[in-house]
This record gives sequence, C-alpha cells and structure tokens, in this order.
Amino acid sequence: MTADAASAPLGKPGARTATAYPRYLAGKLAGAAVSLLAVLVTSFFLFRLIPGDPVRFMTGGRQVSSEQLANYREQFGLDLPLWQQFTDYCGKALTGDLGTSYQFNAPVIDKITEALPHTLLLTGTAFVIYTVLGIVLGTRSAWRHGRLGDRLNTGLALVLYSVPSFWLGLLLIVTLSVGIGPLPGLFPTGGMESGGEEGFAYVLDVAHHLVLPVVTLVAVEYGQTLLVTRSALMDEMGSDYLTTARAKGLRDDLVRRRHAVPNALLPTVTLIFINLGRTVAGVILVETVFSWPGLGGLFYQALSVPDLPLVQGLFFVFAAAVIVMNTLADLIYPLLDPRVGR
Amino acid sequence: MTTGTGMTKEQGSSPVRSRSLARRRRRDSAARFWRQYRTHRAGLFGLGALLLFALPALTAPLLVGSDVDDVTDAPGGPLEDPSTAFPFGTDRFGRNLLGLVIWGARVSLLVGLLAAVLSVAIGTLIGVTAGHFKGWYATVTMRITDWFLVMPTLVLAIALATVMPRSLLTIVVAIGVTTWPTTARLVRAQTLAVETRPYIERARALGGGHWHIMSRHVLPNVMPLVLAQTTLIISSAILAEATLAFLGLGDPTVVSWGALLQDAREAGAVSSGHWWYLVPPGVAIAVVALAFTLCGRAVEQVLNPRLGVSR
Repeated sequence: MTADAASAPLGKPGARTATAYPRYLAGKLAGAAVSLLAVLVTSFFLFRLIPGDPVRFMTGGRQVSSEQLANYREQFGLDLPLWQQFTDYCGKALTGDLGTSYQFNAPVIDKITEALPHTLLLTGTAFVIYTVLGIVLGTRSAWRHGRLGDRLNTGLALVLYSVPSFWLGLLLIVTLSVGIGPLPGLFPTGGMESGGEEGFAYVLDVAHHLVLPVVTLVAVEYGQTLLVTRSALMDEMGSDYLTTARAKGLRDDLVRRRHAVPNALLPTVTLIFINLGRTVAGVILVETVFSWPGLGGLFYQALSVPDLPLVQGLFFVFAAAVIVMNTLADLIYPLLDPRVGR
Repeated sequence: MTTGTGMTKEQGSSPVRSRSLARRRRRDSAARFWRQYRTHRAGLFGLGALLLFALPALTAPLLVGSDVDDVTDAPGGPLEDPSTAFPFGTDRFGRNLLGLVIWGARVSLLVGLLAAVLSVAIGTLIGVTAGHFKGWYATVTMRITDWFLVMPTLVLAIALATVMPRSLLTIVVAIGVTTWPTTARLVRAQTLAVETRPYIERARALGGGHWHIMSRHVLPNVMPLVLAQTTLIISSAILAEATLAFLGLGDPTVVSWGALLQDAREAGAVSSGHWWYLVPPGVAIAVVALAFTLCGRAVEQVLNPRLGVSR
C-alpha cells in the first residue's frame, strides 16, 4: 500500500482511483468466484461421507425388492462412478439444477425458491430492526460511556448474546403464545399464516405471526452491532476534529450526529454485511422453533431424513449468502472510505 | 539487542539458578496478572459463576448419584410440578430435573472445553506456522483459513455432525474444526509482529532452527492471546454444543443441557406450558456462556490494555 502511494503521482487522486478500483473489484470478484466453487465442491463431497446407502434412507427401512433399489439408484444417478456424479452435479449446478429432493420428490431448486421469500421476509425485517437498534444504542452507550446507562446497555447485550436463540424462542412461545397463568396467548405458536385471510387481513395476519420470530432474532443479534458501534465510536472520540467541531460552538448532539457517528460507522458497515449473511444461516434454529416455512425449517426437515440433495443445495445457498454479503461489503467499503483498498 | 546482553549477564552470574529464576519470573507475572484481573468486576463475576457451576459438575456423582439419568428406574412420575422432593420438577421419564441439570453440566462443560482446546490448538498451529514460514505455505494456509472464515460456522458444524456417527467426539470435532480460523488469523498477526523483534534474529544467528524459534520464542509470546481466545471460544463452543444437541445431532444416550431442551420440546413442554422444564437448562447454558465471555474479555483487557475501549 505504501509503495502504491509513493509511486502514484501526488495531487492527482482522481486518476489513481480510476485505475485502482476496477482492479480491486476484479480481484474481489475472482476471490468470491473461487470461494463459491470451493463451496460447491465441498457440498458435493462432504455429504458423500454419510455412512450407509442413501437409497436405504429413501425407502425408510421398508421392504423393497432389489430391482426397485436399482431403479432408485438410476433415477438419482447413484449408480454412476463418483467422478461422473461430480461432473454431472457441477454441470447441472451451473444451469441452476441442484438435483431432486428424496423426500418431496421435487426439484431442490423449486423447494428453495419457494422457501426463500419467507426467509428473506423474516431475516430482512429482523436485520433492519437489529441494525438500527444496535447502532442507536451503541452510539448512546459510547457517548456516555462508563455511566449507568452504558453499563446496563452493554450488560444486557452480552447477556442476550449468550442466550441460545432456540431457547429464547421456546420461552417466548410458552409465555406469549401458550400463555402462563392469567396471561392469555397473545401470538400464534408458529407458522406464517392462519389461512383463509385475503388482502389487508392477510398482511396483518403474517405480521402477527412475524412478531415473535423477529423479536428472537433481534434479541440475539443486536448485541454484536451494539458492541462494535460502541468501540468504533470510542476510538473516534478522542479525535481532534471533534474538539474543533465543539470549539466552533456546535451543540453536543450535532457533534455526535454530523461528525463522530458517520466516521465511526465505517468499520461497522463491514460487520453489518457479514451479519446479514450469517443471519440467513443462523435463522435455521429460529425457523425450526417457530415452524416458519423458510430455508432454515427446510434444512431441519432435510437433515432429519437425511435428504441428501436438499441438504447439499441448502448448504450451498447458506454458504453463498455469506460469501455474497462479504464480497458486497468488500466492494462498498472503499467507496465509503477512500483510505481503504487503494 | 539489550535483551540478549541482559540474559547473558544473568546466566553468567549464576548459571545454575537460571531455571529457578525463570520460574520466579513466571510466578511474578502470574501474580501481576491476578492483581490486574481482580480489578475487573465483570471478570470476577464470571469466575465466580464458573466455580458455582464447575464444583457441582465435578462432584455430581456424589451429589446426585450416577444413576440420575436412568430412564427405567425414575424416582417420580412424568412431568411433575416443582416440589420439595424435586425442586425443578421431573422430566418426561419422571427423572429428577435438578439432578439432570447438574449431571448435564458435566457433558456441556467437557464438550465446550475440549472443542475449544481443539479449535485453539488448530488455530495456533496454523497461525504460528503461517507466520513463521512465509512464501507458498503461508499463502496456501491463509487461503484455506479465509475460506473457512467465510463459511457459515453453524451450517458447516451441522453438516459435519450429520455425516459423522452420533457421539460426543463427533460434536467436539464438528465444533473444533469449524471455529479455528479466527484464532489462526489473530495468532498469525501476532507471530508476524514477534518475528520482527531482534531476539528472534539473535536466536537465528546463534543457530536456532525453525522448531526452536517457534516453540521457544514465538509460542510463549502468542500464549496470552491464545489464552484469552480459548476462554472466548469455550463460550461459543458451549452454545454450539447445545444447538447441535437440540437439533438432535448429539449422542442420544448422553444427558447435556441442549439434549434436555430437545427432550422438553419433544415431550410437548412448550405447548402444555411446562415452563419449569425449559427454564433451568437454558439458564445454565446462558450463565456459563456469559461467564466464559466475561472472563475472556477481562483476560483480554489485562493482557492487552490497548483493547480497553471495548470494555
């Protein structure tokens, strides 16, 4: 980086930017493509390690004739040598064909695209709430660090960070859906809709079902954003430009909002994107507990069989989500902070 | 080179006592560490909570008897309310839930510790070697590390636990193999910093080989970091164990906190409102995970005061 800065002609930052960013972009995209390919290879070979015959899993211990077994093998391509299965798998994956699910007897890609919007609705809603909450509380905590409010804030964040998400979900169901003692059940115990509603009533119904899963996700996820925002802002707080801003007579509130927070948010941006990718994968437990018809619930169902092509496909989707988000963070970051990646 | 001359002077004046000198230096630094750790109230709280859980777990065979997880000869009826005989009530087989929670601590803590040790051991090995040997070896290992780093840890651990036979060892391996990359990165960065110090150059000039430099000079210097990292990873390993057990991927014959929660869910404790079946194992997981996190943060701050901002 220092060598770059030294060789580049001074006073012409624009020219340097024009050539540096595309090269940076190409490097990051190539890295992401290699990672995706590696995930594809892993998802194929990892699940071949399952001891036993996948066909036996499919038939579920029923008495089946050997011809039927051979039929199944042929149908799912399991009679071919491993390398040929692999090349077939890769070739098909490139065209979006991830195989056929054993238990649903439907294309994996169809099951995934069917469940994806539900997961996006859940994680999207939770993501917006916990990011805003984490940044707001983190900012307040840092600005008044060491005070009682800050201690309560970070303490609660650490406690909730240590709580298993599935347990919190179960507790919320017991207290707010089933109801304890005089408390009536306020929320549905699971699922995404009661069925039968249409139009605006349907939207309200889904929102009603959405409350508890979102609360669970927000509770276990906001702590990390809070802690990172807080430490990033505290790094900035000793800076001279804040003293200057105060010396100009700016109100404390404005110094915080206009000067300190925008700078402190830079390192937080990376974390926010990485978190989004991780939330998609971490949603497995919350969806399982709340019977949410998304990718996570599907993953749990596929695991219990185990439904190999579906597990494989979902594994690829989860890993790809994280890789895509990381790459997006890498791509956006230099645009926000000109000091990085040049 | 000041360190070098200092060492020879010490050894020169009393060559026999160099070993006892080293021991005293270590004891002094341990005492200094404790004096500083004591000032972190959250860290002390974490340590206290750990003792509170570790003691009953270690003495569990005496406290609750080793037949507490026996399904066939359970002392009470299924799903009894809390009473004086069963302070937490009974589980779906009529077993004493308090006893099970204490007994489950053994598995949860053991798996957490072993998984964290495995994870940190892999991370340290990769980190130190990647920092020491530069060139293609470092490039390749760091590529692999980066790749593991972007993988969703939980999904990978679930996948590993699915393909391996159901046992505690599987859980330990699944967690250990998926959580090491952060440690590897941290340790490598520290190794690179240590390797630029003059005393490494001195050791090399005196004929010290790769193994000597890594084990005698680099490792002791990255150890504080490794210690803090271990404490932090134990907490996530305990959470991961509970998660895998809850998903039914653990050893079905073993009682752990996560397995108790899975039992509770299967017994319909959620829909029938048997909240006392759910609360104790979950609270235990949360308190122990929090305690390790607090200890880890305190250790980190003592050893690396520059991180003090994150307090």
